[in-house]
Amino acid sequence: MADGRFEVRRKAGLRLWLSAAWLILLVIVALFAPYLAPKDPLEQDLFAGRLPPFWMQGADAAFLLGTDSLGRDVLSRIIFGTRIALTVAVISASLTCLVGAALGLLAGFYRGWADVVVSRFIDIWMAFPPVLFSILLIAVIGPGLFSIIAAIVVIDWTRFARVIRAEAMTQGAMDYVASARVAGRGRFGILLREILPNVLPIIVVLLTLEMGIAVIVEAILSFVNLSISTDDPTWGGMISEGRTSIHQAWWVLVFPLITLFLTVLSFSQLGEGLKNRFDPVLR
Amino acid sequence: MSFLSVRNLSARVKGGGTLLRDVSLDVAVGEVRGLVGESGAGKSMIGKAVLGILPKAVEITSGQIMLDGVDLLALPPAQRRIKVGATCALIPQDPLTALNPSRRIGPQITDRLVDILGWTRQRAEERALALLGEVQITDPTRVLRQYPHELSGGMRQRILIASAFAAEPKLIVADEPTTALDVTVQKQILKLIAALQVRHGTALLFVTHDLGVVSKVCQKLSVLYAGKVVEDSAVADFFRAPKHPYSAALLAATPKYTDPLAGLQPVPEAVIAAVRAEVGHG
Amino acid sequence: MALFQTLILRVITTAVTLLGVAVIVFFVIRVVPGNPIAMMLPPGATAEDIANLTAIYGLDKSIPQQFLIWGAGVLGGDFGTSITLKQPVLELVLGRLPATLELSVLALVMAIVIGGAAALTGTRLRETRVEGGIDVAQGMALSVPDFLWGLVLILVFGVLVPVFQISGRVTPSLQLPFVSDFYLLESLLRLRFDLTLDLLSHMLLPALALAIPLAAIIGQLLKQSLKETMHLDYVTLARTQGYSEAKVIWSQALPNAILPTLTLVGVQFTFLIGGTVIIERLFSYEGLGNMAIDAVINRDLPLIQGIVILFAVIFTGVNLLVDLTYAALNPRLRHG
Repeated sequence: MADGRFEVRRKAGLRLWLSAAWLILLVIVALFAPYLAPKDPLEQDLFAGRLPPFWMQGADAAFLLGTDSLGRDVLSRIIFGTRIALTVAVISASLTCLVGAALGLLAGFYRGWADVVVSRFIDIWMAFPPVLFSILLIAVIGPGLFSIIAAIVVIDWTRFARVIRAEAMTQGAMDYVASARVAGRGRFGILLREILPNVLPIIVVLLTLEMGIAVIVEAILSFVNLSISTDDPTWGGMISEGRTSIHQAWWVLVFPLITLFLTVLSFSQLGEGLKNRFDPVLR
Repeated sequence: MSFLSVRNLSARVKGGGTLLRDVSLDVAVGEVRGLVGESGAGKSMIGKAVLGILPKAVEITSGQIMLDGVDLLALPPAQRRIKVGATCALIPQDPLTALNPSRRIGPQITDRLVDILGWTRQRAEERALALLGEVQITDPTRVLRQYPHELSGGMRQRILIASAFAAEPKLIVADEPTTALDVTVQKQILKLIAALQVRHGTALLFVTHDLGVVSKVCQKLSVLYAGKVVEDSAVADFFRAPKHPYSAALLAATPKYTDPLAGLQPVPEAVIAAVRAEVGHG
Repeated sequence: MALFQTLILRVITTAVTLLGVAVIVFFVIRVVPGNPIAMMLPPGATAEDIANLTAIYGLDKSIPQQFLIWGAGVLGGDFGTSITLKQPVLELVLGRLPATLELSVLALVMAIVIGGAAALTGTRLRETRVEGGIDVAQGMALSVPDFLWGLVLILVFGVLVPVFQISGRVTPSLQLPFVSDFYLLESLLRLRFDLTLDLLSHMLLPALALAIPLAAIIGQLLKQSLKETMHLDYVTLARTQGYSEAKVIWSQALPNAILPTLTLVGVQFTFLIGGTVIIERLFSYEGLGNMAIDAVINRDLPLIQGIVILFAVIFTGVNLLVDLTYAALNPRLRHG
């Protein structure tokens, strides 16, 4: 059909591949950071402070994307920042998924007391402004990689729990579960062998989306200077510094921002794409 | 004098199969014409084409729709819409979905009279009350203030009928108005439509798959098969002596109240093959 | 009658939720490595000074005791005194609240207008390239959080094409004749449109950053809702009556399509309010969120508690409002 939307659907496949490509690139960069980065990300050179990117006047070819106010190479810092971003993304998302999905499954499938307790917790949790809560937690636990991961898990488990709970409820009401009960299978066995495989696609989708969220939370926390430490090259930290010197050295803000933007966008598009792929199969 | 004159109308699904083949029919002023056929024969499509509510996926490939002497298909969309709105009305098939659930009954009848036909609110309301009375709704004043979900399917269909006639249209397209109703209610509704048609002298294009309905309400009928008109005659003649073998088979397939134990006769394969060949199906 | 019972139930659940929030905040922030008292005093402070100040703020008592004292105070309207700002918490919080409310409401209005326009345009021009383009734009707007949009907007409209302000709530040199803290509202009421303009030029970018993701959600959901509604028979009937496509979308489809969108918007609005924390920081906007971040960094316990409770109250309040509005608008719930 000569339908303008058909072309958009084809482009959606393209977007999926682009997102995946970017993320794979990030993984490679993170793994091979020490070999790819032209300079030491922590090395300061006060005589080379605030140098512009290579195509501009007054640039130094050694610093491709310019330097920040302490003379540190922007490109190298972004490259090493990838390690932190991806580490946080993968670990936090996985743990959040574990906790949230487990609670969601229990609440949705077993119902009764488990459901009441979990649901009440979710309600209370969702009454907190997420950013504030995470900042609070970091302030309490103190900065560091572990703290950020813990903060993300503690705050975002509700996202998984709600959706998985709803799914578990729907699946639990279906006939195949009833047949399994009649056949004498124990409830936990049903949960593991019947419900879980059917809920897995949604879990994968949420996991992908959660990684994007984790990257953002880390960036925000770095931005508010509550992340790892101000020396370590995090994208959020660079953005924070860049924000203050935005008129004098815009590149300190722009390049990490672009990287962050593309990364979050990619995780999101990948998650959405997976959701669309799984949906017609599920329903 | 024909109020509606469909001439050689052909239509198809965009990029796909044919829906209507060279359809021609007339409806004279004050006349009731039935449009019969099996499901998918295209009878609904003709009604929709006239009213301008064909689905987006369907396009008209040739022909004319002359309404009151004007070819609707040659008009720009805005003018066509107004012409149809001013002179025609629809009695839809499903009373449960044809009324807006978040608006009261009153405005659903009167808005069109005020907005499109330019009546005063007063006149519109009086007309609405009068017509609700004609369709035998008790306590019409109360009904006007109610919401659709508070009323039964039968009542809603009466309201839709009243709404259609309220606009004093010259032509009403009735799209299988009794199909979605209980059997017990169907007969009443049918009598109502017939009575109002006579009283108001409105031309009626009655789409249905039920020959029994046709015999009660229509003066002329067109039989459709796979988008083509295979017979066009007066109702009285049709029931006495159908001209086309398909029509004869249709009549034979209708269960008879007078002989309930007789087996049902499906339309014979040979007849189907012959009609398909004739129609150019294949 | 049923409505009344549901209302009572909601009030009870809300109270429980708020209590839960209070407990969690209270205990969480007291497991604090940093000592707020020590941070307040100059470096040469003696242990005695610290002990005295600690006693003044009641931090020497056991945690459950502190909670009860604080709880009693709260029920009487006393939220304690801020350790860093030395003023009553309630006063401080209510002083900054209007700024955040104005920002949030402005963002909400923008989101509704943009999202609504996108949905209506996409419906009017459905199956065309324009609709496809709208879908792509919405997809992107959704994928990227308000924080990033804020940064992008700062770059584009603050530095590249500097039309709007990227810092603060109002130009500092201006004399403000306001009695309340609802600057925007008052400027309109007083007909001081010069001030309104200045305020808006400061508020536009942060509000837009907050609005973009919400606009995308509204746009998507409303468009989907409209798409389903447009197929219904009563819409088709209206077309035969002579109404134009635009009129049909607006008066027949839209009122019915809005209801499902409403609940989601309510929940998303609470997320938007949560987003003010970082957006205010980003734009140095003097609102509640900005104050909250400072409070956390400075370990200002009473202030943190007060702000978190207030946010929780707002969230639950908005949820309640949304449910009530839905019940009021849906004729089936009203009469059925």
